[in-house]
Amino acid sequence: MKKYTYTEKKDTRSGFGAGLLEVGQKNDKVVALCADLIGSLKMDAFIKEFPERFFQIGIAEANMMGIAAGLTIGGKIPYTGTFANFSTGRVYDQIRQSIAYSDKNVKICASHAGLTLGEDGATHQILEDIGMMKMLPGMVVINPCDYNQTKAATIAIADHHGPVYLRFGRPAVPVFTDPDQKFEIGKAWMVNEGTDVSIFATGHMVWKAIEAGEKLAEAGISAEIINIHTIKPLDEAAVLKSVAKTGCVVTCEEHNRYGGLGDSIAQVLTRNNPVPQEYVAVNDSFGESGTPDQLMKKYGLDTEDIINAVNWVIKRK
Amino acid sequence: MTPDIDKLTKIASQVRRDILRMVHACQSGHPGGSLGCTDYLVALYFHTLKHNTKFDMDGSGEDLFFLSNGHISPVWYSVLARSGYFEVSELATFRKINTRLQGHPTTHEKLPGIRVASGSLGQGMSVAIGAAIAKKLNEDNRLVFSLHGDGELQEGQTWEAAMYASHNKIDNLISTIDVNGQQIDGPTDAILSLGNLRAKWEAFGWEVLEMSGNDMGDVVRVLDLAISKTFKGKPIMILMQTMMGNGVDFMMHTHKWHGSAPNDDQLALALGQLEETLGDY
Repeated sequence: MKKYTYTEKKDTRSGFGAGLLEVGQKNDKVVALCADLIGSLKMDAFIKEFPERFFQIGIAEANMMGIAAGLTIGGKIPYTGTFANFSTGRVYDQIRQSIAYSDKNVKICASHAGLTLGEDGATHQILEDIGMMKMLPGMVVINPCDYNQTKAATIAIADHHGPVYLRFGRPAVPVFTDPDQKFEIGKAWMVNEGTDVSIFATGHMVWKAIEAGEKLAEAGISAEIINIHTIKPLDEAAVLKSVAKTGCVVTCEEHNRYGGLGDSIAQVLTRNNPVPQEYVAVNDSFGESGTPDQLMKKYGLDTEDIINAVNWVIKRK
Repeated sequence: MTPDIDKLTKIASQVRRDILRMVHACQSGHPGGSLGCTDYLVALYFHTLKHNTKFDMDGSGEDLFFLSNGHISPVWYSVLARSGYFEVSELATFRKINTRLQGHPTTHEKLPGIRVASGSLGQGMSVAIGAAIAKKLNEDNRLVFSLHGDGELQEGQTWEAAMYASHNKIDNLISTIDVNGQQIDGPTDAILSLGNLRAKWEAFGWEVLEMSGNDMGDVVRVLDLAISKTFKGKPIMILMQTMMGNGVDFMMHTHKWHGSAPNDDQLALALGQLEETLGDY
């Protein structure tokens, strides 16, 4: 079993900011838009270096999505930035018609996703965004796990022609992936090989899965941990290969149990190799105010919840 | 160039025939607004726009047009076909299974001439602004045109776009509103009044022009005037007065033909009022 450590914690949104600057330097077609949340999205460095390629839209997310769609006509690669809630639910129809159905090369970059937004509460803590976005034909849905992976994903999506939803978060979380990693859209990352259970985790839940895996190992359970950073298109081959070995599954996501990663995995299993599955996800609920750690614990998204789910799913085999 | 108003008027007569025959053939679609906007779209494509009929999505070096009120697709399809983007015979497939001529315009079926889907209202001005910004970034001094319904102004996104365009001096954009005073459920004044549109758009910082949208001479004149006002720091709005159903006497003065198709007798009656100038498809 690989041992993962970290020397610092950083927010994934800062990974986005760093990636945006770098991809802006590499590709002069990249432009950025923001709906009055520059600081929160960490877009300052890009704006400082490329003021003529940045567009402050104001508090008007629908207009931002439309302008982004228009900018692609003329060859630009627009990155929109706002909170995940305002990147999806607020503008679903604009994304659906002007971006997804129109096959526009827009990168929808969404910060403060999930419960870990914290104290602002449920109005801002979207737990339905993965579901909404993955339902759109042609939309790529990515939820990276740490600063380095978010930065790499931000850079990589410029080379994919078509709409992308890139989801990241607010709090500082462990930085444990390779800073020089090559991000491959749709390619699952084997975090740790195991034989008793497959844990498929996305976003902030990957580190918690690693923590759970260490505790499970102490109890004699060998957990295979796979980072599904790309929820759509899903790496079905990686899922089936792992499940063929372990025979049971736990999925982990900072999202509603309905419509997220767990449902995508379940669909692969039912069509190919039905095995027991447990969901570590929010149980069809809105969030509330609190610190990120308090919320993750209260809503069943903590390391202990993964361990409990593993113990239960193994019994169901 | 002195436009040949007579020539444009003859094209418009054929386009109106196309609209009626397309809507009749599938017994669905929106003839009223299409007929009302025919003169504008004919003037735009056969006089105003600098464009290539060999379609390229980016449209570098070309003027671009965006139709925000996508339900008047019949008039746009006819004008695109008649100006050479695709064969006029394809108009017979409108709204039929496997067609590129979807009920509302899309890029999904790769129909030449269309750059974004529309139909869900209120989105087109934002897209047009984005395309206008891209032109500026690319140092492409051609223009962007867009058309919107008046009822469509009830969608809030339009006003987000209106604010943005003036604040950011999007002065390579000429938007037009089809002011026909009608929407599906009745007159706009009865459903949700639009108030003083000139005052509203001026208050939003736009250069506002008015146009008699069913007078080909005036349409050409005002479009030329609008072009002369571009690159002066303000987006340009043309308030275009039209008559829904224009060209067919029994389709005017009512909102009944917003989204209804004529039957066989009504089609014959309507076509009798419109000269076949370029040959029916």
